[in-house]
Amino acid sequence: MSEGHDGEHVHPESGEELSVYARRAQAIEALMVEKGVCSTSEVDQMMNMVESRSPSDGAKVVAHAWSDPEFKARLLADPRSALTEIGYSLPDTTPHLAVVENTEQVHHMVVCTLCSCYPRALLGRPPDWYKSFAYRSRAVVDPRGVMREFGLELADSVEVQVLDSTADLRYLVLPRRPAGTENLSEAELAKLVSRDCMIGVTDPHVPEGVAAS
Amino acid sequence: MAQSNKYQTGDQVKVRVDSPSHHYRTPTYIQGKTGVVVAICGRYRNPESLGHGGDGMPEQLLYRVSFAQNSVWDRYRGPSGDKILVDIYEHWLDPVGV
Amino acid sequence: MPKPHDMGGEPNDEPIDQSDHQKMDWEMRADALHQVLGQKGIRRTDEMRRAMESLDPDLYRSLSYYERWTAALELLMVEKGYLTSDEIDRKVTQLDQGAN
Repeated sequence: MSEGHDGEHVHPESGEELSVYARRAQAIEALMVEKGVCSTSEVDQMMNMVESRSPSDGAKVVAHAWSDPEFKARLLADPRSALTEIGYSLPDTTPHLAVVENTEQVHHMVVCTLCSCYPRALLGRPPDWYKSFAYRSRAVVDPRGVMREFGLELADSVEVQVLDSTADLRYLVLPRRPAGTENLSEAELAKLVSRDCMIGVTDPHVPEGVAAS
Repeated sequence: MAQSNKYQTGDQVKVRVDSPSHHYRTPTYIQGKTGVVVAICGRYRNPESLGHGGDGMPEQLLYRVSFAQNSVWDRYRGPSGDKILVDIYEHWLDPVGV
Repeated sequence: MPKPHDMGGEPNDEPIDQSDHQKMDWEMRADALHQVLGQKGIRRTDEMRRAMESLDPDLYRSLSYYERWTAALELLMVEKGYLTSDEIDRKVTQLDQGAN
């Protein structure tokens, strides 16, 4: 907060001033390391671990559930042990995961109005829009309007269920498998599963030429 | 220790109206609304204690409660079947019609 | 009057901005530091939420996501006696000088 805006301080890497909070974040980390509370390498390792998680993990799980109905049933009933089966063993500290299935009748969409709870273990860091005040305010009262902005127009006959993850559960949406994808391999199916459709703001999109006619 | 659930799936419940000065996880928009228990999500340490350095005990039962959107919002524009599902701890719920 | 974080259903007609900003290095480090401190039991998710909710409403609404985290973490670390605000001020100055 001592810094003036006179252009005297130039950071070599970006040439841009870091915000007050960015600098305080750096100071907090440096002090915690100096005091021996944690080490720089622990933070580095954690950063790499966080970085290694992405929506492609969730997409693989969804594609596997589409291809194997028994796995799907186990995934819906007990996500943690079903995920362990296919090599995703979640640490004990991971918040409980719940998987909800979209069907012809019911479409789920997830929000966290109070903060930004998100199934990071399977989707990585949440996108900016998920944390935005616009989404947190609107998703509960105007879910269909929000989905429309993401390109999804649902029929009135589909029941929209918005899940506000207020507590200890993190929700992953299992989207509907698109028609015409019967002959696709699991790897090909996984490519159809976007991050946004696992949050439920849209459905999987099948590019032209991919689906069997 | 087996403790019995106060509510079962299918029970109608009403969310308490409160704004305690401590941390809590029941959004204002759902307070005072009546819904139906659709799932029992297990016992968790109480965030109202954990948030302030407490041990979170005793654990609280967490329910997934479903509310008709048009009973929550006067301005809801979607079909009458649409729902909002919120995870709510037992001590925020009161029985309905007992 | 709901606290600033309790925004479900609040009137808002802004379209959802679907663009994602490139995470800055300090944001990724702040994110990782939070997880590390969480694993060590030094701060809990519920405490972080409580600290964020206690921010001045105008401040809560004006900060970016990781700025909010940082403000909350500072509050908690001071409260728990790991750090003092003066210490953080001095370290900021020291890092600024080091960067020149």
